[in-house]
Amino acid sequence: MVEHLHSDGEEPCVTLDAFLEQSNATAVRLESDEDARALIPYLDRLKLIEVAFPKFRDGRGYSSARILREAGFTGELRAQGDVLVDQIAYMKRCGFDSFAPEKSLNPADVEAALTRWPEHYQTAADGAVPIWKLRHG
Amino acid sequence: MYKYDEYDHAMVAARVAEFSDQVKRRLAGEITEDQFKPLRLMNGLYLQLHAYMLRVAVPYGTLDSRQMRMLAHIARKYDRDYGHFTTRQNIQYNWIKLEDAPAILEDLASVEMHAIQTSGNCIRNISSDQWAGAAADEITDPRPWAELLRQWSSFHPEFSYLPRKFKIAVIAADEDRAAMRLHDIGIQIVEKDGQHGAAFYVGGGMGRTPMIAPLIKDFVPLDDLLSYAEACLRVYNRYGRRDNIYKARIKILIHELGADEYRRQVEEEFAHVKSLGIDPPKAEFDRIAAQFAMPPLDALAPDEIDRSDPDFAVWVDQNVAAHKVPGHAIVNISLKPVGGIPGDASSAQIDLMADLAETYSHDELRVTHAQNIVLPHVRKADLYAIWQKLDEAGLATPNLDLISDIIACPGLDYCSLANARSIPVAQKIAERFSDLGRQKELGELKLKISGCINACGHHHAGHIGILGVDRKGTENYQLLLGGSGAEDVSLGTITGPGFDEDGIVDAIERVTDKYLAERTDSERFVDTFRRVGMAPFKEAIYG
Repeated sequence: MVEHLHSDGEEPCVTLDAFLEQSNATAVRLESDEDARALIPYLDRLKLIEVAFPKFRDGRGYSSARILREAGFTGELRAQGDVLVDQIAYMKRCGFDSFAPEKSLNPADVEAALTRWPEHYQTAADGAVPIWKLRHG
Repeated sequence: MYKYDEYDHAMVAARVAEFSDQVKRRLAGEITEDQFKPLRLMNGLYLQLHAYMLRVAVPYGTLDSRQMRMLAHIARKYDRDYGHFTTRQNIQYNWIKLEDAPAILEDLASVEMHAIQTSGNCIRNISSDQWAGAAADEITDPRPWAELLRQWSSFHPEFSYLPRKFKIAVIAADEDRAAMRLHDIGIQIVEKDGQHGAAFYVGGGMGRTPMIAPLIKDFVPLDDLLSYAEACLRVYNRYGRRDNIYKARIKILIHELGADEYRRQVEEEFAHVKSLGIDPPKAEFDRIAAQFAMPPLDALAPDEIDRSDPDFAVWVDQNVAAHKVPGHAIVNISLKPVGGIPGDASSAQIDLMADLAETYSHDELRVTHAQNIVLPHVRKADLYAIWQKLDEAGLATPNLDLISDIIACPGLDYCSLANARSIPVAQKIAERFSDLGRQKELGELKLKISGCINACGHHHAGHIGILGVDRKGTENYQLLLGGSGAEDVSLGTITGPGFDEDGIVDAIERVTDKYLAERTDSERFVDTFRRVGMAPFKEAIYG
């Protein structure tokens, strides 16, 4: 289930530096130039990782998300910032399951974007079966 | 050649629907031009000086007659009756209306074509050897590998907002006809212990900082191809520079890290990525490869060519290449008539080339990075009939790889990035050297012109390169010598101060005169330049 906006009243995210300095926080924010792999030892106690998209053209967060999911992170993975409707289908494929866009999105456009693609050519972090596997069973 | 199955059709249809929706939202003012720009670019639509330009993908340069006719149809219906074949083996149209773009993409989809990822900071259309599947010197057809990469890279969720554009070429012969090592990733299919694998050269490119790609991995087995490519791209996506658009290509990352450190990071990422199961089984490669099987050619077809028509014989000697099957040949159609615009073809010419492919070349055509067209599988006995029809259509210029077979970008006549015009310079050079005897005397001489430092006209890789710059408001042309995009890859060196439009033509003539005076035996221009160096040429040019 994809959430379009995160709920209020949750624990605020701490920075990566603060988290690594012995924080017992369960929510952390990763800037686009920070190494997602620094969080790998702590994934099982994190509930939320927020990945920053300072500009929609800055695509580092897509790799961060996949790295976290590939390392087994099962908590909430949130894309925050310059998150636009035309990027969220790719974000979801990379493992994001919630979105905190700076400018609110039209829910109908979001729905259309997320249901646009019938299948996918490649394996990513969303568990979708790639086309080559559909072809060969 | 590759035929779409239901999945490929559905993916392209979804993309057309998505882009139609995006255009609608743009026209309604719901998204800004800044937000729309990367979306239209990923669908091949540029805003140029005078109009929108649409770049249509021709994957690895291969197409059939039905697709070629559709390119003619688009030129007639939506443009000014011509198209421009590009150095990425694509075609672009210069006079497109934004509101027509969705209809054009629908027309393209009806013949299994699209404009996906022909622009934008994503993995671009994969290029390849234009003689793939026909060349006498290849170890295998590289196109199944290219098609595997095409599918993997299409709508790649992680690599659609890279620091900068990303170009991949795949070849499978030692003779490099695709400028492989001037790509972000250049792949050469090689053989080891009876198995084919991919040698990965990463970090080449032209532009303002030209670099030749170093070898990163000498042999990647087929089973690891996509994982290895994914590892190469992930390291780039994470660590490629995003602070300066001019330093954002992967060549800069690899230059700054060093090839050894980049390789180490890729290997580390690969060890992880390989565990994710992203490589398709061999059965998928076999499914694709079967569609690139050699068409049924008659190996007993007569091998002799009737050369009694002297004009025909000249064309055969210059524009026809060896095919791997006896009695057959590869026809290279020059789109470089003297006085013409390099790479341009009218809709009537495009239709004619489609007809010839259907009748004589097992329905296949290729676009070359040198902006010419190839009929890859032709019976030698049919060459004369083909030549007559090409000649009637103004397509029989016998100048392949000669000085008038010029690569030129669209330049300031069309392009919003250009600093100088390229086309008039190409035309003047071709006119100065229009005597074919003189061109043949000069032999293989690859001349390449870019109208700005972005190097779309491959000037760094020209035996003779020309770079147009803006010098205090007037067009100025710098001259480079000694580059090559082939297996003897090298980057050209600037001779010295630049020239005006007529001055550059005179300078080239002084260079070619000097070459004729200096060369020994069968030396090509570039060989003589490498032997004697810049000094004698500099003296000939500047006195």
